[in-house]
Amino acid sequence: MQSLGISILFTGVNMQRLFEGLMVTVRIAFISISIGSLLGIVLGVIWTSKSKWLRSVCRLYLEMFRIIPILVWLFVMYFGVTTALNIDLSGETVSIIVFSLWGAAEMGDIVRGALESLPRHQVDSGKAIGLNPWDLYQYILIPQAVKRMLPGAINLATRMVKTTSLVVLIGVIDVTKVGQQIIERFRVEIPTASFWVYGFVFILYFIICYPLSKISRILENRWNG
Amino acid sequence: MEWIGVLIVNKKDSRVLLEIKNLYKKYGETTVLDNINLSISKGEVIVILGPSGCGKSTLLRCLNGLEKIQGGDIIFRDKSLVNGDVNWQEVRQQIGMVFQNYELFPHMTVIENIILGPVKVQKRDKKEVMEQARQLLDRVGLLDRENSYPRQLSGGQKQRVAIVRALCMNPEIMLFDEVTAALDPEMVREVLDVMLGLAKQGMTMIVVTHELSFARAVADRIVFIDKGRICEITEPREFFTKPKTERARHFLNRFQY
Ligand SMILES: Nc1ncnc2c1ncn2[C@@H]1O[C@H](COP(=O)(O)OP(=O)(O)OP(=O)(O)O)[C@@H](O)[C@H]1O
Ligand SMILES: [Mg+2]
Repeated sequence: MQSLGISILFTGVNMQRLFEGLMVTVRIAFISISIGSLLGIVLGVIWTSKSKWLRSVCRLYLEMFRIIPILVWLFVMYFGVTTALNIDLSGETVSIIVFSLWGAAEMGDIVRGALESLPRHQVDSGKAIGLNPWDLYQYILIPQAVKRMLPGAINLATRMVKTTSLVVLIGVIDVTKVGQQIIERFRVEIPTASFWVYGFVFILYFIICYPLSKISRILENRWNG
Repeated sequence: MEWIGVLIVNKKDSRVLLEIKNLYKKYGETTVLDNINLSISKGEVIVILGPSGCGKSTLLRCLNGLEKIQGGDIIFRDKSLVNGDVNWQEVRQQIGMVFQNYELFPHMTVIENIILGPVKVQKRDKKEVMEQARQLLDRVGLLDRENSYPRQLSGGQKQRVAIVRALCMNPEIMLFDEVTAALDPEMVREVLDVMLGLAKQGMTMIVVTHELSFARAVADRIVFIDKGRICEITEPREFFTKPKTERARHFLNRFQY
């Protein structure tokens, strides 16, 4: 007898396993986005320095993530660096490291762009009331840059969430991998398994990413209003 | 009436507050300021006039360290701002500057704009600063706008807030760089009135402006600059009736239509 396809989601611990997988995805994404954003702000500030040499180093760092696929980064870190340095890191830790470094690079570029788009006289008038460089960034430049970089930053965050699906390739069991395992296990009993399971995974990704773009729109409206 | 929190000095005090000696300024290979010598006494109002591009803004920016100079010296309160260790954050608290473009911080309200420097830089008590800020706002007729954002203000209102922001640091001297140049004509007056009031209170000021009748009314001395050099330093009445140099005469003629 042909059982109803959707029932696969509620069979056994399937739903629970899918949510556990989702938590892995969310954890990697959330930690990487947080670390990446903080490092990215630091990188972006350094990037706007007058030193040509420093600017080239920042640019080179970003290009390394633009040119080399993230998957290759994961492999290099997981199989290469851990063996070379003889350290034992879990796939999840390696994922967080790679995604944080990537996030920092892209975020740095976004912060740099936002800082450079601020009118030059904001710096002058900040200096004119005696602010030191640290205060100038903290009170004047970063708060204004945040508004300008918000759309880019949210876009980056959703890209990072989506790209976490690569971590299965270094053995991390994320939501997509759990889905695949469930489908394989139930392929015979429920031929439409892949439709229902991947459909559900599809919705889960949507549920994570949609609020991000929603928040950015709300904030933008509030700041412009 | 008095400007609360602003030093009121005896006009006759002739102590030199700021002295510029043989100042040279270059951008790359071009000399923008050439052998500038000028000394400003406490309570004095200097108006700098000169054609566009002659180096007026650059001179003001050199005085509070927004531009580096390539030669000469600037002595402020008996200390060199060129030789030796200069703490510009400290100096700038005593040299207020207002620019041509409305340069309020757009993400802060009027009152936040004003108290930022006194609270964060000078580490003064917030309550005391708020009180001074409100009194100053009241004096420029903007007390009811303390919680507005800059984008909700007219150009003239923004410039008055910018002046208050600089004043709230209790500076020794104020630099004004064409603060009315970007304003609609009907707003020029309200800003010039504030500056005139300040001058009457004895504030030491260096003013760059293209408003000649204002210059005449406010200045103790007119400094006329052309092509990066001081051509003449003259009392206003004399400058506007019989300037010493041909260049100044030429400059004044262009304004007479
Ligand atoms: N950052 C800069 N780099 C190179 N040249 C500059 C720079 N800033 C100003 N200059 C040049 O220095 C000269 C003096 O400029 P400045 O802005 O001081 O003139 P100004 O007298 O204030 O003119 P205006 O009345 O138009 O404001 C001009 O020839 C200008 O082109
Ligand atoms: Mg100028």
